[in-house]
Amino acid sequence: MSTGGLPGGSLALATGDRPAGLPERASVPWRPRVDDPLLRRVGRRWTIGTAWHTTPLIAAAALLVTLAPVTAPVAIVLLAHAWIIPELYASRGAGVLRSRAPSRRGAERRALLLLGDLIDERARRLHEVSGLVLELGELGAWIIGERGAVLVRPGARRVNCYCVRATGSDLPAADRIAHLLLALRCDERDFATVANLAFSGACWRLRRRLRPEHRLALDAARRVCSRPRARGTGSAAARSPLAVHAPRGR
Amino acid sequence: MPRLIRMDQTGHTTLAEWRADDPAAFEAAAAAFREQLDHGYFGLAALPDGSAEQITELPLDVPTVILRRPIAGG
Repeated sequence: MSTGGLPGGSLALATGDRPAGLPERASVPWRPRVDDPLLRRVGRRWTIGTAWHTTPLIAAAALLVTLAPVTAPVAIVLLAHAWIIPELYASRGAGVLRSRAPSRRGAERRALLLLGDLIDERARRLHEVSGLVLELGELGAWIIGERGAVLVRPGARRVNCYCVRATGSDLPAADRIAHLLLALRCDERDFATVANLAFSGACWRLRRRLRPEHRLALDAARRVCSRPRARGTGSAAARSPLAVHAPRGR
Repeated sequence: MPRLIRMDQTGHTTLAEWRADDPAAFEAAAAAFREQLDHGYFGLAALPDGSAEQITELPLDVPTVILRRPIAGG
């Protein structure tokens, strides 16, 4: 059983020459539209913020041990704090991929059929084992879950974790993912603008906080982002080394 | 045959189907599309290159139009 595939057609009647962005962006007019330089600045800010939180603790621990070695236990507590703070941030980032309790089976199955038509065979296999969908965009590789998305930046060293979801609590999990996937395909930059940033940091730090099955999706995204990318290659499907979102040829 | 699909609590629902040579069916589909927009849904045309486009009117010649709910930062 299938929803019938998604072959294409002209949109001239409906949209004119310029594709529209996400209407949801109007709900966050104070946010600058996300682009590559902005993401780099945000990443630097997170790194500085993390250093700002942890460096004083490490320095204090070093000072204590130097001045009075008997305070070593206190220094250890300080170092533990310095270690825990970034881990808590990473844990918050990993939370965007956690799933809810499964919904009704019939609805979930129908939602999976639609989602399956939106992605290709390799992406379907990844979704089967991880519950997540991998999508390549201009800003990097996106891992999409029910309640958010993780953007693996080119070079595969940094990730940005976004909290974003479809409104309404009654949707099946696959439908929630399909909502985010379609919004992302419609306008990636608006999607990242509407979403709330939960964490920006090192891939390895996030990976440790992920469930094993979610690590598979992160590893796949890192592989894609580690490869040199062809620029200006036209369509999203053509850009994707995984061809993760090419519709079925039916 | 072009179809209008709504993503909802049932997984998805096909609201309308039409043919380019059947104006009455297309009008009915367009009316259903507008009604869903009034209820807060957004229309998207899924394109063959894997992208999607936000639409406010039902196109005659796009085989699959999907209605989705708004998204919001969590």
